[in-house]
Amino acid sequence: MSARTLATAVAPILRVNGLKKYFQVARGSLHAVDDVSFDIDKGKTLGMVGESGCGKSTTGRLLVRLHEATAGSIVYDGSEVTKASDREMKALRTRMQMIFQDPYSSINPRHTVATIIGEPLKIHKKVANSQEYEDRVHQLMATVGLADRLYDAYPHELDGGRRQRIGIARALALDPEFIVCDEPVSALDVSIQAQILNLLMDLQDKLGLTYLFITHDLSVVKHISDDIVIMYMGQIVERGPTEELFAKPIHPYGRALLSAIPIPKLNARKERIILKSEVSSPINPKPGCRFAPRCIHAQPECSVADPALRELGPGRFVACRLAEQFI
Amino acid sequence: MEKILEIRDLAVNYYSDRKVVRAINGLSLDMTAGKVLGLVGETGAGKTTLALSTLNMIRAPQGRIMAGTVRFAGKDVFTMTKHELRDMRGKDVAMIFQDPMTALNPVLSVGEQIAETVLKHEKLGKEDAWKKAEAMLETVGIPAERAKEYPHQFSGGMKQRVVIALALACNPKLLLADEPTTALDVTIQAQVLDLMRKLIRDNGTSVLFITHSLGLVAENCDEVATMYAGEIVEYGSIDQVFGKALHPYTQGLFGSLPDLSESTNRLKPIPGLMPDPTALPEGCYFSPRCPHVMDICLKKHPTDVDLGGHRVKCHLFGAAGDGAGAAGAVGAANSASAANDAGRIA
Repeated sequence: MSARTLATAVAPILRVNGLKKYFQVARGSLHAVDDVSFDIDKGKTLGMVGESGCGKSTTGRLLVRLHEATAGSIVYDGSEVTKASDREMKALRTRMQMIFQDPYSSINPRHTVATIIGEPLKIHKKVANSQEYEDRVHQLMATVGLADRLYDAYPHELDGGRRQRIGIARALALDPEFIVCDEPVSALDVSIQAQILNLLMDLQDKLGLTYLFITHDLSVVKHISDDIVIMYMGQIVERGPTEELFAKPIHPYGRALLSAIPIPKLNARKERIILKSEVSSPINPKPGCRFAPRCIHAQPECSVADPALRELGPGRFVACRLAEQFI
Repeated sequence: MEKILEIRDLAVNYYSDRKVVRAINGLSLDMTAGKVLGLVGETGAGKTTLALSTLNMIRAPQGRIMAGTVRFAGKDVFTMTKHELRDMRGKDVAMIFQDPMTALNPVLSVGEQIAETVLKHEKLGKEDAWKKAEAMLETVGIPAERAKEYPHQFSGGMKQRVVIALALACNPKLLLADEPTTALDVTIQAQVLDLMRKLIRDNGTSVLFITHSLGLVAENCDEVATMYAGEIVEYGSIDQVFGKALHPYTQGLFGSLPDLSESTNRLKPIPGLMPDPTALPEGCYFSPRCPHVMDICLKKHPTDVDLGGHRVKCHLFGAAGDGAGAAGAVGAANSASAANDAGRIA
């Protein structure tokens, strides 16, 4: 095992229990996140994967309270995030930060690089004077690999990779412990994507950060995560340690999803599970397994009640009534 | 083997306020009939400009074809009349765009859009054209009764199927697929590609498959070309390129990808960025980012070296080639021997 895994102590810093987020829309109630529970250990990375609309970004936003939860609890290092007062939340935000997918729209185009990175320092009064402020901004820029000459540059002068580095520097400004990374490399080219992934992993080693890493890119999530949850229509269908889950996915959706990854190697093509039809509507969902309409193994009883997320082995959770027959 | 597409020394520029963007720089590429050629490269490499040139669709006054020829089935695309072009586009050569929403007309039903293409290119009456549209939708797995629906009533994956039905409606000889599944989720991507493969095989269509994903190339293509700064820097069969990538840029692309089959702690990204197309570096365009850069790379632009059908544009192989682009052209003796050494190692 690498130094990466050894250096970290095991204790959940974040506990999520029964988390729900329903949005009221014209046609009814959209169940974006529907009873999701998971823990993240300090210093670890939990990868959250799933396809468009599965609720992964909503979950990330709920954790740092950019959305208000409909039900459930989020306990961060002993504090209940969903019930925190504005003042408590402001204090919590210095410890929990977020990096967004789109470096083009998540930073203010009228501000300079330094202003964007330094803004949290001013809001939270972390610096005493302008000299300290400048020093800290320079230091943050160095940490994420932004050249000093870009201090007064504007975002439009920079490429996507550098803009994402600004987003990362801003997230690091308050010395957080936990960062929600919402598709941080999806908008970047592969050669740049690798630079940013390496940076995020180096920062974790150096600063002992805990990540929730949200992505639809399965090769990326495997590379960076210690544990993985797979979401489907607002629910967790499978969860487990990365190596085990990739070696042997159990849930029918997990298996189809992993089999669909294109592999850049000769003759690597494995048997692909092609799913029928597409994701059904998350508005007023019918009871029962959400995946049942697309599942080749579905039985009549699958559409009766929601399948529970059951522990089938140490740390291996699967929400499927028929899970045993796929092991 | 019959060539469906022959591109020779193509150069395309875009002009904006006092700046000249050199999008394609003396590019040559052949496509064998009935094969699927993967064109890989990152944002700004010129992949889409190349596809648009093939249809003679570079828009003036910003875009200008500076040099070169594109021959489709032996005919020069740039000298075709308007009428000939209209016949070719949509019938002999069809294109699938990355974003299915912008490729479809939002105020026409999907059936009407397919029927329109069929009416224009085939000798069919309105009723037969509509029947053909319904049949095409069925082929891509959309029930015929949905032909009267509008694009917004379909999901992303379904819309891309409509676009595929539209592109294949007139049995094109050449299909230009520009990132056809980039906007789709991975399980839907698997569905759509499965379908495309089937249709391509059944019709013997030649395909230019533009993508940034080496995984998709490995699974869908017969040949592959790597594009960098408006040039093809490497070309070969899938076995050749995926067996042993020769160009440092192609190698860098492979190194940047997380490997699913083994655990690596660090990726090996390509340092730096794509060159500014308004100020391309002298010599080899990749030289500022290349880990193997030599003196000659900064001075002289490399030419293609053919190693048994596997072509690479790189000085590392300059002296190892057997004829064209060989050591004779290299001025300084010391850099020639350096290239020679490197060539032998490789």
